[in-house]
Amino acid sequence: MERVKAMLQLNQIHKIFNEGTPDEKIAIDHVNLTLKPGDFVTVIGSNGAGKSTLMNIISGVLVPDVGDIHIDGKNVTGMSEYKRSKMIGRVFQDPMAGTAPSMTIEENLAMAYSRNKTRTFKKGVTKKRRDYFREVLESLHLGLENRLSAKVGLLSGGERQALSLLMATFTEPAILLLDEHTAALDPSRAELITNLTREIVGKYQLTTLMVTHNMQQAIDLGNRLIMMDKGQIILEVDAENKKDLTIEGLLEEFKRIRGVQMASDRAVLS
Amino acid sequence: MFTAIFGSFEAGIIYAIMALGVYLSFRILDFPDLTVDGSFVTGAALSAVLIAGGVNPFLATVLALFAGFAAGCMTGLLHTFGKINNLLSGILMMIALYSINLRIMGRSNIPLLNTETSFTKIGTFSDSLGIDTFFNSLLTMIGLGDSLPDTWGILIFMIIVTFVIKWLTDLFLQTEIGLAVRATGNNKQMIRSLSANTNLLTILGLGLSNALVAFSGALIAQQGGFADVGMGIGMIVIGLASVIIGEALFGTKSIARATLAVIGGAIIYRIVVTLALRVEFLDPGDMKVITALIVIIALTAPKIVDHSKEKKRKARRRQEKLSMLQASADGKGESYAAIESDSQDF
Repeated sequence: MERVKAMLQLNQIHKIFNEGTPDEKIAIDHVNLTLKPGDFVTVIGSNGAGKSTLMNIISGVLVPDVGDIHIDGKNVTGMSEYKRSKMIGRVFQDPMAGTAPSMTIEENLAMAYSRNKTRTFKKGVTKKRRDYFREVLESLHLGLENRLSAKVGLLSGGERQALSLLMATFTEPAILLLDEHTAALDPSRAELITNLTREIVGKYQLTTLMVTHNMQQAIDLGNRLIMMDKGQIILEVDAENKKDLTIEGLLEEFKRIRGVQMASDRAVLS
Repeated sequence: MFTAIFGSFEAGIIYAIMALGVYLSFRILDFPDLTVDGSFVTGAALSAVLIAGGVNPFLATVLALFAGFAAGCMTGLLHTFGKINNLLSGILMMIALYSINLRIMGRSNIPLLNTETSFTKIGTFSDSLGIDTFFNSLLTMIGLGDSLPDTWGILIFMIIVTFVIKWLTDLFLQTEIGLAVRATGNNKQMIRSLSANTNLLTILGLGLSNALVAFSGALIAQQGGFADVGMGIGMIVIGLASVIIGEALFGTKSIARATLAVIGGAIIYRIVVTLALRVEFLDPGDMKVITALIVIIALTAPKIVDHSKEKKRKARRRQEKLSMLQASADGKGESYAAIESDSQDF
């Protein structure tokens, strides 16, 4: 059997919340998932399907009850969140979450720059780094390269999310996790971030897992798509079939598998 | 009067080091750390015991710094690994330090009056240079010659020490580790997702903060000529007062500006307290209530000022709009009408 090296591998991940109480909920139900290097997988599913829990398990915020996680061939199941972050870039839904508001743009970038290195007592923002930051900021086309010493708290939500995206990606992490990172933005800003995501992921060839509520976005971006429901992956669409996907097709598929309408107005409408 | 202000300036510049420590925990780490009340005394106690025991006073002061660092790290450990609420871990450490400080001193008060301290050493040194005579003759020339301080050398030395510490703090907060410490206080989730161990950074930050506090305590003990187990009561409030007054008066645009503001705040606080205590009906025992009042004013006054400014701005804008309407109704009315009829032609 030919074995392609996996960048992210989840084996039999199982997670139960409030086990042994009346509120017991199986959040992730024996999930297996493998991402090859350069895979860009979009994840859709209704509220409570387990998408965010899955992200939190991969990033180390939550520890699975059963199963193991491998990133770039390394077993990271018991590794603490901050150690694992060396290999994982993350962008959160809340534009305020990914940056430090009372620090400047260049200071934020410097912190992201030290992600996969040991932090030392050397200066965080050197002249050489500043030039580099200016260069990567230009790729956002937002003019932020001229505002290096502006405090991030002064930026708009869209600008902050673009900066978060850049900070999560420019050190080329093994895995990029995007957790509904355009959901809190107005439509035009969301489109900007969607386009930047496509551009940046393509440029660095990042192995990416993106959760979204927006079905059109899930269809437009990436080379694979998975649909989750009640903690399980109920549908996997590979690169071949993803090209021909439509929202109607996906909803019908859900109905065929589950026998009910997809239960999220938000997912249907957006 | 001049001597009194001079004295409060000298004390202020020493307390400024403590205020810089409080700035590190309170503002940078966003951690209201009450350890300060205990670690200040730890610094004073340790240096006093060592100096009374014949150790070089400069060495004793540096050792006090390390003792404060250890105390701060303990608070950090309680909070991060013990998962105890931040206020409570500080309070626990503060209360524990009270007993530890008594153990260090062996009794509740150690006088240093006839002992050689850092200050007497510098005093002798500056005497040999003639600094005091130089400044005092300057003062006499401009007509302030009636009551002359004799500690110019010490003042200059303390200004240098405080500014070196300020400069080192600024530098540290710009390093890779320093940036991560600041982010820990600013957005923990974010810096953790950038692979920083926020627990260690919190412990380091609190350690450095209390190191500065203890260093300041050691110097105050030597300046005042005694260490007392109760000398740290309310120290955190004094530190906060300095930070808040400084920020309100001098701004916080950058780190260098903010640390400078804290030093300014500490000095102004001392001067205000000194002046307040010269009021007839106030006792030295009223000092704590004066401190509390100063903090309350420093916290509320900027908000009230902002509020009234905003109100005035709005009123002005309404006035401008009204007068604009008035103007267009009067003279410019015709041109408006002309433009309007033009656009109707389209």
